[in-house]
Amino acid sequence: MIPTQGKKQEDLLILLEEAQNKLGYLPEELMAELAKSLDMSISDVYGVATFYSFLSTKPQGRNVIRICKCLPCLLKNAQAIIESVERETGIKPGETAPDGKFSFELTNCIGACDEAPAMMLNNEVHVNLTPGKISQILKACK
Amino acid sequence: MPEKWIVLRNCGVIDPKRITTYLDRDGFKALKKALAEMPPEQIIEEIKVSGLRGRGGAGFPCGLKWELARKAQGDEKYVICNADEGEVGTFKDRYILERDPFTLIEAMAIAGYAIGAKRGYIYLRAEYHHLLDLLGKAISQAREKGFLDHFEIAIHEGAGSYICGEESALMESIEGKRGEVRYRPPFPPSRGLWGKPTIINNVETLMNIPQVILNGAHWFNQIGTERSKGTKVFSVSGDVKKPGVYELVLGSQLRELVMDLALAEKVKIIQVGGATGRIIPYDMIDTPLSFETILGAGAITVFDESRDIIDIVHRTIEFLAEECCGKCAPCREGTEVMAEILERFSCGEGVERDIGVLEELSNAMMLSSLCGLGQAAPNPVVDSLQYFRSAYESRIRKN
Ligand SMILES: Cc1cc2nc3c(=O)[nH]c(=O)nc-3n(C[C@H](O)[C@H](O)[C@H](O)COP(=O)(O)O)c2cc1C
Ligand code: FES
Repeated sequence: MIPTQGKKQEDLLILLEEAQNKLGYLPEELMAELAKSLDMSISDVYGVATFYSFLSTKPQGRNVIRICKCLPCLLKNAQAIIESVERETGIKPGETAPDGKFSFELTNCIGACDEAPAMMLNNEVHVNLTPGKISQILKACK
Repeated sequence: MPEKWIVLRNCGVIDPKRITTYLDRDGFKALKKALAEMPPEQIIEEIKVSGLRGRGGAGFPCGLKWELARKAQGDEKYVICNADEGEVGTFKDRYILERDPFTLIEAMAIAGYAIGAKRGYIYLRAEYHHLLDLLGKAISQAREKGFLDHFEIAIHEGAGSYICGEESALMESIEGKRGEVRYRPPFPPSRGLWGKPTIINNVETLMNIPQVILNGAHWFNQIGTERSKGTKVFSVSGDVKKPGVYELVLGSQLRELVMDLALAEKVKIIQVGGATGRIIPYDMIDTPLSFETILGAGAITVFDESRDIIDIVHRTIEFLAEECCGKCAPCREGTEVMAEILERFSCGEGVERDIGVLEELSNAMMLSSLCGLGQAAPNPVVDSLQYFRSAYESRIRKN
C-alpha cells in the first residue's frame, strides 16, 4: 500500500505517518505488510502505531476535528466549543460519524493558547473559536 | 526590568519567506564570522562565558553541553533542535518559527561547526504541521545561498506526543520507535541519536547563538542575574487582557509580566512552566523570573478569582497521566492514582487520608521516576497543598 523499497526499521514512524496521511488510518494488513518488509514483529509495528495520538488504527472520518482541552483553552470556554461540535456533527468525542464525514477528538495543548479556544481540523489550526465560527468551519467541510 | 529583544529581534521585522530581508539584518554574519575567524573551541568557550542556559525547561548550561559533544568520540555527530513545544501554555517557539526561521537555521549551522556535526534535525511537533512548508523553504534558501555547505538540516515531524519533547524520547522518535524515555547515563552528548554524540537544544536557546557570536560573550553576560543570563521569552495565556509572547530580561518580576504587560486583573493563581511547572498564589507575584526562582519553559497561565484550584490541579494531572510514556511504574501508576483522588476532591468526595496519600505519592514519584515528567508531575499537587490546603480540606466528605 505504500512503497517500502530500501526502507529500514528507522523509517517506520515516517512510513506510518505517510500511510496515515494517505489512507486516513492504519489498517491491520498495512501494519503486517510493513512488519514483513522491515523485518520486524507485527507487535512492534503496532506498538509504534498506537503510541502517537495522530496515528489511528481505526478508520477515521474524512475530516478529523481535534478540540483543545487544556487549561488555557478551558478558561476561554472550550466546553461551549465542544458542545457546539457535538450539536453540529451529532457525535461525541472519540466517535466517528456513520457517514464517515467527521471524527471528533479532544486533544492536548496545540500551542495556540494566546488565541484560545483553539482546534485542529485535519492539519490546520483554527483559533478564537466561537460556536458560530464552528458552524461555519464545519459547513465548509466536504 | 525592561522588555528587551534578543531572541525576538527579527520577529515582525523580517519577511520569514525571504532570506534577503534576513541578510539585511546582519543575517548569517555570525556564521561567516564563526567559520572564518573562530576555531570550534573558541565558539564553545564564548558560549560558555556568555552563561547561556537551556530555554527548554531544564536550564542546562549550553556551552558545557556543546563542549561535551565536541570532545566525545564519534565518526558522526548530530545537532537536534527541539521544536516539540508540547508543554501546556507554551507557544513561543511557534511564534519564533513563524516569524524568523532563519536565525534558527544560522544557529544550527554554527552549532554543527562547533561540535563537529554534519547533520542536524529539527523535530517539529505534528501540531505545527502548518510551519513545515515555511521552514523547508527557509532551509532551501539558506542552502542556495551557500550557507549550508558544511551542514545539512532535515525536518522530522512528530506524530502527537508530549513526551517526545523530552530529549531521550525525542531521539527514540527520530529513530522511528515509540517515544519512550531512555535510561541515563549515557547522556546525549556522549551517546545520543543512533548512539552518536548529539546536542539537543530548544528553539529559543539556539536563537541566542548568533547574537552571542556577533556581540561577544561579555555583552550577553551583563544582561540578567547572577545565574540567569540574557532574556526569556514568555508565553502568557489565561485570564489576561493581552495574552501573547513577551521577551523580558531574566530576573524581571512576574508582576511586571502578568499585571503591567498582559493586563491581568483579580489574579488568584499563576501556573509558571505549564503542567510540570509551579503553581503560586497571587501574593507571591513579586517573585523574579529566573533559573534561581521559577521559570520552566516560560509558560505563564493566569487564573482569576473565579477559578477553582482543585479543578486546575485535577486537569493538569489528567494531562500528565495521558501523556506519560508508560515506561516507569512510579509515573505511570502515580499520575493515574493522583487523577483518581483529585477527581474525588473535585466533587467534594475526598476522604481524610487522601491528603496524606497525595503527599506520600508525590515523594515517591519525585524520587523514583525515570524522567522529568514523572519527577515534576507532583509539582502542582505539592504546591497547591502548600498554598491552598484549605481548598482540599473543605472538600473532604463529612459523614
Ligand atoms: C516531559 C518533558 C517534556 C519536554 N518537552 C520539551 C519541549 O517540548 N521542548 C523543549 O525544548 N524541551 C523539552 N523538554 C526538555 C528537554 O528534555 C531538553 O532538556 C531540552 O530540549 C534541552 O534543550 P535546552 O538545553 O536548549 O533547553 C522536556 C522535558 C521533559 C521532561
Ligand atoms: S491550551 Fe489550547 S492551545 Fe494551548
